[in-house]
Amino acid sequence: MTETIKTDVLIIGAGPVGLFAVFELGLLDIKTHLVDILDKVGGQCAELYPEKPIYDIPGIPLITGHGLSEALMEQIKPFHPTFHLGEMVTTVEKLGEAQFRVATNAGKIFECKVVVIAAGGGSFQPKRPPIAGVEAYESKSVHYAVRKMDAFRDKNLVVVGGGDSALDWTLNLQPIAKRLTLIHRRDDFRGAPDSVNKMRALVAAGQMDLKIGQVTELEGADGQLSALSIKGNDGSTARIDCDAMLPFFGLTMKLGPVADWGLTMEKDLIPVDMSTFETNVPGIFAIGDINTYPGKLKLILSGFHEGALMAQKAHHYIYPEKRLVFQYTTSSTNLQKKLGVA
Amino acid sequence: MPKITFVEHDGTVHTVDAELGSTVMETALRNDVSSIVAECGGGCTCATCLVHVDDAWSPIVGPPSADEEQMLDAAFEVKPTSRLCCQIKVTEELDGLIVHTPAYQGR
Repeated sequence: MTETIKTDVLIIGAGPVGLFAVFELGLLDIKTHLVDILDKVGGQCAELYPEKPIYDIPGIPLITGHGLSEALMEQIKPFHPTFHLGEMVTTVEKLGEAQFRVATNAGKIFECKVVVIAAGGGSFQPKRPPIAGVEAYESKSVHYAVRKMDAFRDKNLVVVGGGDSALDWTLNLQPIAKRLTLIHRRDDFRGAPDSVNKMRALVAAGQMDLKIGQVTELEGADGQLSALSIKGNDGSTARIDCDAMLPFFGLTMKLGPVADWGLTMEKDLIPVDMSTFETNVPGIFAIGDINTYPGKLKLILSGFHEGALMAQKAHHYIYPEKRLVFQYTTSSTNLQKKLGVA
Repeated sequence: MPKITFVEHDGTVHTVDAELGSTVMETALRNDVSSIVAECGGGCTCATCLVHVDDAWSPIVGPPSADEEQMLDAAFEVKPTSRLCCQIKVTEELDGLIVHTPAYQGR
């Protein structure tokens, strides 16, 4: 039996806006859990521009995506949010007034009073290579991640890509594979130099193959690959036996299951009430890049504002009996106690 | 103002004005060239603004930087003339530039 996790608010997305929502909700004594498909917090800040400077965070002339994520984590520490990383929310069901059941693809079930969707551009998912018919193999023999290494034992494996994921899995799977072939578009790798050296040593020793080019065709039946064709950069072609292919071309943002949760959508965005950032379903809010309203700007600072207003309305669902008195962190001893500074 | 022509995979041709100092990617988005996704907004971190520079223009546009070359690893069907167009700055020299956009940017 899966244990049900109970919380006040479940936040979908641990990017900057989801993180700051923890702060605004925390000041109102509202407990949060966050789910994010990435294996780290920060969302696009962590995945797309960790080292790039951001110039438009109010009061901070320059900060990197990574720096902003770290600062937000420090800021929300007093509220002890719980993170569920590397998981994707698959379903959101309304059970009743201020009562939702949320499930993830890792089998976790949450029961909460409020759902906050801070999912940015959707979920980061692996890029699918444009090879005809690749979808048909995805459940069985084309994999974008390795869950159980043993599933690849004694198989003819093809890894595609030139980054750390491709190199790491090449090195991890080579010892147990029947034969491993790494395919990359150029004879130069952006992965860690140590991994590149190890891979080259294995190739030199004849223990694996390296092909420079791209996969052009897949062969197999019922989802099971048997061979694939490669076109080399020199124009040559080759056909190799292959039981499983692992392509690593990075991630792209896809809307994902959000569209199936009964929310009104407009061009992959969720329309919200501009004073509360609540969706058409009472108790489900949408903040940050994923929402839309007249004049919407996809800025981190807009998402912060939206989180603050959302928290005021969320409070009604969590504490229907309590009157909310607006307070400032500069002057309220009550808020300062929550922040651990008074 | 320099003009840039985007030829999409389906044959749609857009010839548009490009602002000096902006990028070819920004020019594409401003003019609704839908095959340019530009997920990261110009940070050279997503490889979803791939173009194949017209052969005659390729030597003028020049090769990708080392960073961009690495990022091209996350694109598909990369050719010797391929570039991430967020990394191509519009200059007077590029007046008349022709780029071809792919059918698929990874999503």
